[in-house]
Amino acid sequence: MKYIKFLLTGVLFGVVMSKAEIISWFRIYEMFRFDAFHMYGIIGSAVVIGMIFVKYTKRKELCCIEKKPIEFKDKNLSIPRYLIGGVIFGLGWAMTGACPGPMFVLLGHGVFSMLILIMSALLGTYLYGLVKDQLPH
Amino acid sequence: MEFISQPWPWYVAGPLIALVMITLTMFSKSFGFSANLRTMCSIGGAGRRVDFFNFDWKSQIWNLVFLAGAIIGGYIAANYLTTDTSIALSSNTVASLASLGIENAGSSFLPTEIFGFDALSSIGGIAYLVVGGLLIGFGSRYAGGCTSGHAITGLSALQLPSLIAVIGFFIGGLIMTFFILPIIL
Repeated sequence: MKYIKFLLTGVLFGVVMSKAEIISWFRIYEMFRFDAFHMYGIIGSAVVIGMIFVKYTKRKELCCIEKKPIEFKDKNLSIPRYLIGGVIFGLGWAMTGACPGPMFVLLGHGVFSMLILIMSALLGTYLYGLVKDQLPH
Repeated sequence: MEFISQPWPWYVAGPLIALVMITLTMFSKSFGFSANLRTMCSIGGAGRRVDFFNFDWKSQIWNLVFLAGAIIGGYIAANYLTTDTSIALSSNTVASLASLGIENAGSSFLPTEIFGFDALSSIGGIAYLVVGGLLIGFGSRYAGGCTSGHAITGLSALQLPSLIAVIGFFIGGLIMTFFILPIIL
C-alpha cells in the first residue's frame, strides 16, 4: 500500500502527457521547428514553478512527508558526458517523438509499436552500460 | 467535463507537470523516468554481466510503480477523457510534413507512416523504430537523464549539467529535424 501514492502520481502524469498532446510525435516535430509555443509553454512554466518550489524548500529547510530531508543532489560537472549524451538522446527524441515517459504512456493508448521502441531503448541502455568505461565522462 | 475532454493548454499542463515533480520530491524521490530503463535491465539480469546494472534495484520499485501509473493514465485519457484525437498543429508544420510525405499531419496523435501497421511490416519501418529506441536508451543513460530528469527536475534545481544536457537535446533534435528526417522520411 505504501506504493499507491506513486501509482496515483503516475496516473496524473500519464493523463497530463496525453491531454496536453506531449506524447504526440507531431508536437515534438513542431517544437523542434519552432512553429508553436505549446511545448515551450509547458516546459517553461513547469520549470519556473519548479524553481520557485526548490528555492522555497531550500530556504525554509522544509521537511517532507517521508521524514527525510528533501535533497537536491548537485550533479558533477562534465561537459562531454552531458553534451554528447544529450545530443544522442535528442536525435532519438526528434526521430521517434517520444522520450522514455511517452513511450509507456502511448502503450496505455494501445499503440503496440511502442513495444519495439521500448525494447530497443532497453537495449540502448544495456549497450551504454557495456561500453560506459570507454566513454568520456 | 467539457474542459476535460478538450486538449489541455500549456498553462494547465505545465503546472501539473511541476506538481508531479513536486509531489515526488515531497516523497523524497527524484522525478526521472529513464532510470526505469536501467532498473528493467537490472531486473532482467544484466547485473551479472555488466557492473553498471549491479545495484539495489529494489530502491527503484517506486519508480516502476509510477511507470505503471503512467500506462494506466494513458489508458484512462485515451478511453475516457478524449473525444477528438486531432491536434491543432501549426499550418507551417503541416505543410512541412506534407512535403516529406507525411499526410494528414495532426489528424491523430501519431503519423501512421512511422507507427502504423504498414510501417511495421517493412524492414525499413522496423529499423526506424529500433534505431530511434537505441539512441534514446543509450543517450539518456550517457547524459544521466531524459527530459523529466534534466529539463524539468534538473533545471528547476538550477543544475548546470542539466542545462548542458538540455542544450545537447536540442542540438540533436534540430540536426534530426532539419537534416536527417528530410532524408529518411
